[in-house]
Amino acid sequence: MKIIILGAGQVGGTLAASLVAENNDLTIVDMDRQRLAELQDRFDLRTVQGHAAHPTVLQKAGAADADMVVAVTQSDETNLVACKLCASEFNVPTRVARVRSQDYLAQDEEDGETLARKHFAVDHTISPEQEITHYLRRLVEYPEALQVLDFAEGRVRLVAVRAYHGGPLVGHELQVIRKHMPDLDCRVAAIFRKNRGIVPEGHTVIEPGDEVFFLAKKEDIPNVMRELRRLDRPVKRIMIAGGGNIGKRLAMTLEKNYEVKLIDHNKQRCAQLGAELNRTLVLMGEVTDEELLDQESVQDMDVFCALTNDDEDNIMAALLAKRMGAHRVMALINRSSYVDLVQGGEIDIAISPAQATLGPLLSKIRRGDMAVVHSLRRGAAEALEVVVHGDAKNSKVAGHRIEEINLPEGATIGAIIRGEEVIIAHHDTLIQSEDHVILFVLNKRIIPKVEKLFQAGLSFF
Amino acid sequence: MRALFSLLHVLGGVVFMFGLTLIVPMLVAWAGNETTLHLFVKDMVLTCGAGLLLWGGFRPFRRELRIKDGFLLVTLVWAGLPVFAMLPLMSHLDISATDAYFEAVSGLTATGATVLTGLDTLPASINIWRGELQWFGGMGVIVLAVAILPMLGIGGRQLYKAETPGPMKDSKLTPRIAQTAKGLWLIYAVLTLACFAAYWVAGMSWQDALMHAFTTMGLAGFSSHDASFGYFNSPLLEFIAVMFMLVAGINFATHFRFVRERTFGIYNHDGEAKAFVFTVLFSGVLIGLYLWALDHYPDVLTSLRYAVFNTVSVATTTGYASTDFGLWPFFAGFWMLLLGTFSTSSGSTGGGIKMIRARLLTLQLYRELKRLLHPSAQIPVRYAGASVPNQVIFAVLAFFFVFVMTAIVMTLAMMATGLEPVTALTAVIATLSNIGPGLGAVGPSTTFAVLNDFQTSLCTLAMILGRLEMFTFLVVLTPAFWRS
Repeated sequence: MKIIILGAGQVGGTLAASLVAENNDLTIVDMDRQRLAELQDRFDLRTVQGHAAHPTVLQKAGAADADMVVAVTQSDETNLVACKLCASEFNVPTRVARVRSQDYLAQDEEDGETLARKHFAVDHTISPEQEITHYLRRLVEYPEALQVLDFAEGRVRLVAVRAYHGGPLVGHELQVIRKHMPDLDCRVAAIFRKNRGIVPEGHTVIEPGDEVFFLAKKEDIPNVMRELRRLDRPVKRIMIAGGGNIGKRLAMTLEKNYEVKLIDHNKQRCAQLGAELNRTLVLMGEVTDEELLDQESVQDMDVFCALTNDDEDNIMAALLAKRMGAHRVMALINRSSYVDLVQGGEIDIAISPAQATLGPLLSKIRRGDMAVVHSLRRGAAEALEVVVHGDAKNSKVAGHRIEEINLPEGATIGAIIRGEEVIIAHHDTLIQSEDHVILFVLNKRIIPKVEKLFQAGLSFF
Repeated sequence: MRALFSLLHVLGGVVFMFGLTLIVPMLVAWAGNETTLHLFVKDMVLTCGAGLLLWGGFRPFRRELRIKDGFLLVTLVWAGLPVFAMLPLMSHLDISATDAYFEAVSGLTATGATVLTGLDTLPASINIWRGELQWFGGMGVIVLAVAILPMLGIGGRQLYKAETPGPMKDSKLTPRIAQTAKGLWLIYAVLTLACFAAYWVAGMSWQDALMHAFTTMGLAGFSSHDASFGYFNSPLLEFIAVMFMLVAGINFATHFRFVRERTFGIYNHDGEAKAFVFTVLFSGVLIGLYLWALDHYPDVLTSLRYAVFNTVSVATTTGYASTDFGLWPFFAGFWMLLLGTFSTSSGSTGGGIKMIRARLLTLQLYRELKRLLHPSAQIPVRYAGASVPNQVIFAVLAFFFVFVMTAIVMTLAMMATGLEPVTALTAVIATLSNIGPGLGAVGPSTTFAVLNDFQTSLCTLAMILGRLEMFTFLVVLTPAFWRS
């Protein structure tokens, strides 16, 4: 596919890395020549220097025959104008824009369309801050999980959890689950042992330290988790370090149900936050200030989230909080090399914003009808929600039992959503047209095969 | 060590691909029932075998190529492929390995200097092979490899950069480097086909037309006749050759844009191409008038015909001769050679320092002069409507320095080993700029066979250095390159 990415920042760069690896023709536009030169040296793509919303620049970037434009610059306005231009001037079929401001995302009362879509011809909006806030919120809901991903509007969730000694299932074969929990439907989608993916089979034994990905209905999740590790006490107190966009949004969504404290170093920002947040206690000070943390009894915190703009600050603050007794600490880390370095050590969860944003973008770009895409483990693995079309004659999936489907090695079907019903996959489950199939793909390299498998034959049309 | 192994894996792929190109002389030999057929078959088995062995043997070590690997690979390819290419020449012509290697390097680097005499009596397959080498070398073996070997997809950009001539190579024509390489080769091939057809229709035999189309588009200059273009003595053929040499001397990226956008404005916007065509033609006409004024030729038209053809040929670094311009006044021949050191465009198949560098050097000179008058002025070097980063200017200055120093040192070495100054200097210029014939003892009517083994080797080195624009080769020789 011919794709133009506007903006070569964190999101643009991560997206480019992921898309180049999938054999797309990429052109990336940015003002910063230096940054473009870096990307050009690392990836096989074309760069154009200039303002992303200027028609001449778009033309130079090949907008006239592009299949898709993804506008992810820092500025909402640039992104919107670029999308509008791409639609009316260059007829680019698909336009995706990153939009931060809620104003543009407000829905029109009459037709329920967002302003961005109605007036700026944006097909899909993505909001990295919103994605990350959502992501963090789910982690707070399940404090034992390493990662919680939604499918089918949250009715089914994919949860990553580390197995510990003492979990009833640890040290047993997977097929025991069914005997152990007869009324509980769940499916283990993948196991990562020492960073290597294992396709789970009935006789696979869960070992302590394994990272287990399982799919279950929303309401079953705590019960499944209990089988794998001892459950923590429910979260009550949360401390957020850093009152930027993400910190503020997170505080807003959490303050109703939890006791939230928020630290920021900027006085004006604190005043603003204090006015906007209802129940959150806003504290002014450095996030790495030991005395402040001590005074505010960081040792009693169930969750500590370090969410400043600075990777190093986040890591240090999280380490400090952990040392001082915070129960579970998370750090937002932009640089992907730091994420691997830190996760699983003192810091319980390292969150990479670019990774969290990548999924929604990928779901728009993939061939086949993909409802949800989640990028996992630095983009090495993926979890997909694919809509099945066609019938037994022209589709390799619809009208077949799961055991009849010729899935590539490393892909597993975890669950099927049929209308309101959630069906956890078994080998004899029959897949019907319009089902949403949730797949776990261990290795990104086989994704093209998966895409092909799920595309209905030509006779469908 | 792993890096070296993974590089050998890629090298194997390139060698194998190169081995397949022997199919052309094989077919010619088979069609003409020539005795050289078995030589080409043997060479092909050897080359493809070696390629497969490297490719397969080092396959477990493959991984992405780094910037560093690119330079080494390109150097290895350009030094190594002539070894495979020289084998049929060596066994058929019974010449020394040094001479055969020189001939093969002169072929692959699209230089056109030869050590052979009696070309007219050689089998067509041998001549076609010499021409084909020049054709592949003209656009670049690595560029071809990037275009057709999928395994070079990721590191391909680095390789492309290390092989393609010109100071500014960062503007890619297409999002993916493989598409750029494919596009360039396609245009090159179509133009070559047109050139072949034109020669054939205008009276050459098909073997001659093919060989000369190869060497014209590569701006290379091998001919299948000792008298070069003088053998045909046809103004029409000379005119066709001049046209195609001018086309091949323009940046192929410009041709690419022209094909994509189909307006002649593209050429009008390429200042380098305009400067190239103007410089070359203007010089040709001046030399013609000069020769006529000296009564070297009886009438002005004859004078212009010879002067323009030979000037274009030498200035574009092709090196055909339609008459022995060594007999012209020294000034004319030397001027032609000097034109050859800088006239052709970056991204063309020609050699030398390229027109764009010459222009940037001139602009830099203006800047320094202006700065003397206005010490606190901020003066950018503006080229094609944008300011050129100082980094590029510095690189051009360094390149120019290396080019001139290499020429001086090599000339001294040639003189020290017994050559007279004119031969020594022009042989170095002619090989370093990938032109072909020089003046004096290596002039158009003679060959490089007069040089001794040391001098031949030096010229061989000069050709590779010139084709890879110095840096790619020199960086491999620096100790820092080998430090991990």
